[in-house]
Amino acid sequence: MTSRQKAWGLQALALIGAGAVLAFFAVNAVGNLAARGMVLDYGFLWQRAGFDIPFHLVAWEPSFTYGHALFVAGVNTAFASVLCIALASALGLVLALMRLSGNLLAGGVARVLVEVIRNTPQLTQVVFFYLAVLAVLPPMRQSLSMGGVAFLNVRGLYVPAPTDGPWDTIALATLGVVLVAAVLWRRLGMMVPRLFVLPAVLVAGLALAGWTAGWDVPVLKGFNFVGGVRLPPEVVALVLGISIYTSAFIAEALRAAIQGVHRGQGEAARSLGLTGGQTMFLVVLPQAMRLLVPPLTSQYLNIIKSTTLGAAIAYPEILQIFARTVLNQSGRAIEVMTLVLGVFLAVNLLVSALMNAWNRRLALSGR
Amino acid sequence: MTMIGTMLHRATQLGLATAALLAMGVGMAQAQLAAPPGPTAEAIKKRGVLNCGVDTGVPGFAFQDNAGKWKGLDIDYCRAIAAAVLGDPEKVKYVPTTAAARFTVLQSGEIDVLIRDSTLTFSRSTQLGLDEVAVNFYAGQGFLVRKALGVSKAADLQGATICVITGATLELNIADFARSTGAKIGTLLFDKPDEAVAAMEAGRCDGYTDDSGSLAGMRSTLKVPNDWMVLPELISKEPLGIHARSGDPRWQKILFWVDTMLKSGEEYGVTQANVDQMKTSKDPFVLRLVGVEGDFGKQLGLDNEWSYRAIKAVGNYGEIYDRHFGPKALDLPRGLNNLWNKGGMHYTLPLR
Repeated sequence: MTSRQKAWGLQALALIGAGAVLAFFAVNAVGNLAARGMVLDYGFLWQRAGFDIPFHLVAWEPSFTYGHALFVAGVNTAFASVLCIALASALGLVLALMRLSGNLLAGGVARVLVEVIRNTPQLTQVVFFYLAVLAVLPPMRQSLSMGGVAFLNVRGLYVPAPTDGPWDTIALATLGVVLVAAVLWRRLGMMVPRLFVLPAVLVAGLALAGWTAGWDVPVLKGFNFVGGVRLPPEVVALVLGISIYTSAFIAEALRAAIQGVHRGQGEAARSLGLTGGQTMFLVVLPQAMRLLVPPLTSQYLNIIKSTTLGAAIAYPEILQIFARTVLNQSGRAIEVMTLVLGVFLAVNLLVSALMNAWNRRLALSGR
Repeated sequence: MTMIGTMLHRATQLGLATAALLAMGVGMAQAQLAAPPGPTAEAIKKRGVLNCGVDTGVPGFAFQDNAGKWKGLDIDYCRAIAAAVLGDPEKVKYVPTTAAARFTVLQSGEIDVLIRDSTLTFSRSTQLGLDEVAVNFYAGQGFLVRKALGVSKAADLQGATICVITGATLELNIADFARSTGAKIGTLLFDKPDEAVAAMEAGRCDGYTDDSGSLAGMRSTLKVPNDWMVLPELISKEPLGIHARSGDPRWQKILFWVDTMLKSGEEYGVTQANVDQMKTSKDPFVLRLVGVEGDFGKQLGLDNEWSYRAIKAVGNYGEIYDRHFGPKALDLPRGLNNLWNKGGMHYTLPLR
């Protein structure tokens, strides 16, 4: 028996062992459920939910089903995740650059921030930001008015909502064109730098979309503003809490990655006459990405999982809507928890696969 | 059937048999036939402690005081049961459970009984593998709102946002209320009362909703209780009470009759202070209540002093109520929670 066969044999044994443990748990659960007169049944997903979801990006009515609630909550989770990933990456970059700047003040501030942020519990930070955000914002009747069309108060940021008109088609078309052009710029044979052209196109397209749309302006009526769209403080607090926390880890990963790029690269760039900024963004960072992507993947996966902290501060994401409300109302603990775990597993595997694909593209084929 | 199919079938059968054996091991399968006091009570006696599922912290029902001691109506029920079954009201392990986890904790056997201001409802009865044993508090869903809002009834809450604890009947009631009256009430769902109340005090929502009993308790914990008022109107029926796992009717009988004994104690004037003198009473109902006559305790699989010990430990129902909701505590009128012959809903089965 070669060592290779031996290794395969051990792997197979481990797999069988793990499978047996899982099967034991499954059979045990089904048996115990049966002993209590309960069955494993996902049919509840088609039952009427009956509860309201206070913040939803896609349509929601209490008459929709539990299954639909999973979708609505999933969209909320995805929304928070995307915002957090973008903000945490940007903040992480800023912190890392501050730390590496060589400026004593900037470096010291970044260092203290990173240490304070990453050494305190994340849930505490999220709740802290929530209560801090609520404490700072004015009450309903003393809303900060922005030109009489947008209002900021403790209930959130109210902005006018575009209603009818061809605005959505125009906006989507503009976004599509800009994205495609950004990716294929060189292949299209464009000589002008894309950074000069594309933002202008984007602004012009969105302005046209806004001009064609009808606007529904929020108006104070009774307890609340009616009309417009509202960004609730829960979103702000959750995104701030998670982004700031994760940015500390991203900053450290980024610092390690940048320092992992050979010194000679930066020195060569400077001696060719590139400025400090050009050296960083054109020479060092692109090479640092190669070292950064694996730890960055972990941080992004952590962000997606961390959005479940929203349950503590009334942000209706999957855990709150599904593992709390739906679980309690349907009583289907095992079914609900397997669904929630399954959704997170699927999303994270997908993100992980995408990041790994990116990593492969960045990898040097020669090394 | 293919060979793999047969093997799978065998494996399933074997697995089911194993599971069934395991279940019998913890005393589930033979429950219907069990002799008194039944497997749950046997397990409690063997363990020497009652695992009682309670709320995480609502004044009146269950909360920890400054010294970390549990207090409340539900806590006194746990103590009474421990006194009846184990002979000592202190032999209770309190398991604080969130609204979302409480029934799962009970289903899994981590606790013996759930006394956690939980509403007894149809679907909890039919879908959760649990049984409703008795009602120990008749509540209804009410609203705690800021006085400055000038709201006087629930229908005025049109357009308001209310902070709610998730995982309870509360959010469904609001949705049903809104559906039936056409009022649009927004909700904001929190995991725990602490964050919900903090958000409410910060002005994020116009009010807080909970069972009427809990609202009185919650108001007392606010920074400025006088800025807030409980609306007189209730939008639902919330009979709060004792939940037990299905499958052990003997244990449920014990729980049911402990509850009855506490309420009968009030009806017949047996109190924590006079329960010893009552042993020489001339009333046969009282004599059965304190265990001097009859063999009620033995019929439940306990000893005859069980109900005497329960009342000796925590007093009768009226005393328990006064201790936690009376004028010196949260000052909540007894209303429905009075005895049937005093205009309330507590009507006990006769001790015969």
